[in-house]
Amino acid sequence: MSMLSNQRLLRTVDALAEACSQEMARDDSVFLFGLDVDDHKAIQGSTAGLLEKFGPDRIFGTPLSEDAMTGVAVGAAMAGMRPIHVHIRMDFVLLAMNQLINMGAKAHYMYNGQIQVPMVVRCTIGRSWGQGAQHSQALHSMLMHVPGLKVVAPTNAYDAKGLMIAAIRDNNPVIIMEHRLLCNAEAYVPEDLYEVEIGKARIMSQGDDITILGVSHMAIESMRAAKFLKEEGISAEVIDPVSLRPLDMETIGNSVQKTGKLLVVDNGWLNCGLSAEVLASIAEQGLTGPDGQPVQVARMGFADTTCPTVRCLEDHFYPNGRTIAAKAYQMVKAQPTATWLPPEGVQPEIQEFKGPF
Amino acid sequence: MTQPELVQSLYQTMHLVRRFEEKLVELYPSDKIKSPIHLSIGQEAVAAAVCAPLNQDDIISNTYRCHATHIAKGGNLNAMMAELYGKATGCAGGKAGSMHLVEIESGILGASAVVGTTIPVAAGYALALKNEAKKTGEQRVVTAMFGDGSTEEGCFAETINFAVLHKLPILFVCENNEMAIHNPIERRQAISIQERVKPYGMPMGHVTSGDVFEMHDEVTRLTESVRAGNGPAFIEIETHRWLEHVGPNNDDDAPYRNPADLKKWKENDQVARLAEMLGTEKTAEINAHVEELVAESVTFAEQSAFPTKEELYTHVYA
Ligand SMILES: Cc1ncc(C[n+]2csc(CCOP(=O)(O)OP(=O)(O)O)c2C)c(N)n1
Repeated sequence: MSMLSNQRLLRTVDALAEACSQEMARDDSVFLFGLDVDDHKAIQGSTAGLLEKFGPDRIFGTPLSEDAMTGVAVGAAMAGMRPIHVHIRMDFVLLAMNQLINMGAKAHYMYNGQIQVPMVVRCTIGRSWGQGAQHSQALHSMLMHVPGLKVVAPTNAYDAKGLMIAAIRDNNPVIIMEHRLLCNAEAYVPEDLYEVEIGKARIMSQGDDITILGVSHMAIESMRAAKFLKEEGISAEVIDPVSLRPLDMETIGNSVQKTGKLLVVDNGWLNCGLSAEVLASIAEQGLTGPDGQPVQVARMGFADTTCPTVRCLEDHFYPNGRTIAAKAYQMVKAQPTATWLPPEGVQPEIQEFKGPF
Repeated sequence: MTQPELVQSLYQTMHLVRRFEEKLVELYPSDKIKSPIHLSIGQEAVAAAVCAPLNQDDIISNTYRCHATHIAKGGNLNAMMAELYGKATGCAGGKAGSMHLVEIESGILGASAVVGTTIPVAAGYALALKNEAKKTGEQRVVTAMFGDGSTEEGCFAETINFAVLHKLPILFVCENNEMAIHNPIERRQAISIQERVKPYGMPMGHVTSGDVFEMHDEVTRLTESVRAGNGPAFIEIETHRWLEHVGPNNDDDAPYRNPADLKKWKENDQVARLAEMLGTEKTAEINAHVEELVAESVTFAEQSAFPTKEELYTHVYA
């Protein structure tokens, strides 16, 4: 992914902690706060070491007051600081929506550019071990709706570090959406400071037959699907959007003009969501495949229901490598009723996760 | 209820909660319960005392740490265990798990995993019950359970203001274990909960002793006041969580713990205290019954079926 030197295998959470630590050392206007950021569990380790290094003025826990704390972040950012506000679940961002959307997203515009709000909101999407209705929501589409906000969703440690740094340096509110099942996934990460550009998608694997756009954890599942498909002689191009708003429609558009087929797999509900946005954009641009025909499209995501707790229902709530591959197979073979399904595969991050959180 | 009856009834409830949760601790490594569990071991006295003066048709509203009050309010033990197993026979058909136990017919309004969210919901239910009483002449009451951490959420302050303004039939119960996950109260609150609530002028109680009888008397006094139409009341009950915030383990060695506190509270264990008051014979009799109930709930849960795939889509809309 990168030409930078001094790469080490790091977990995503360690990469996040490193990014914060290096940025806090570089710029003393950066501070990090939120519930439980300074306890011994350190948000799965993603804030580990910061308290020892920077002291309680620059990393501190808060009362349980998400709405007000978001307002505090907005105000501090207005005054030139660069707050990082951490939520251990994305569901709790719902308590912060007023400050985030009515103040954070709008201040720069409303005050005609006199004020900037350079803040970062980190939040984790939960899944498995009975997270259930209120600890599993992925609300990126709601946030993407709002002008003034940026939303990114790293799926590996390299992007996590680079996006964290880019988000801290960005002069707007940036929401970093992490996934609980990817917290401990390892990738090579440079020691140096580097930015991953907000607004740039990444092609994870090249292919000619179909484009699969996988968001957050669904990027991982889409890679699994591509592997299954390869065995059937189908070459899938998997794209990780990385940044959801701004969304890199150019990379997606170029890919679908090559493959003629697009399957969007969102880590969220479909209704009024990212998938709808992507497909609308493809349609509006009138993009065609190599045969000159309009791009063939489909989408998958969370089942259109509330997330249940019990595993046997939860398994049907989420797309997975097999169901994604099956859908792509139908599209590529132009057999909408084909029943091919790959064999059971391994999903270590799901099978090994024992929660509780 | 005579004093001996009260001792027996409080003991039975507390012991049942304790044994039910100890059973969960024992079962957890089997991975049959794939759900976060927030245990109340050490806090049983609060649930027993709070539910004692409530009628079946009174309402309790819970947090994710809801096992104790679910049992104390009379929730069906089999359906509760089945819910923890994610079975179709569970009190929410396996959709809720440990954090959202519910049983409307026992007056258990459900539980939320988002801290503080149930407090205004409980007040809304109380608003309806105030209305209902105008027609029936019978005032049912709502008991809103919440932790010390909840009182930091804006909706707590907003709700008590509204409840006082509208004289709602609600008892606010703050179960103060002085911790929010690993964060001690003095690092979260600028002044005491008592000082913050006092200016609203509600009848108030504050039990710091850990004594289940004192809790019982105070809760009874305040519940009666609410039932008599005097508007809301507030009680803070101090207690201590013996195990980790979530999960089956003890975390005595974790840096946030104060071993002296834990020791003090364990020496003040109300389950052991009441067992002693009852004597070995009576205790053995109750314990045997409790073991049967717990064992039966496990058998019921194990033998029940998981929900079918169709259940994924039921009840999205009414
Ligand atoms: C709105 C919200 N913020 C944060 C959390 C994460 N969280 C879960 S439990 C908890 C502590 C709550 O403490 P308290 O209200 O005292 O209840 P206790 O767990 O001690 O019973 C926190 C912060 C949450 N579930 N909901």
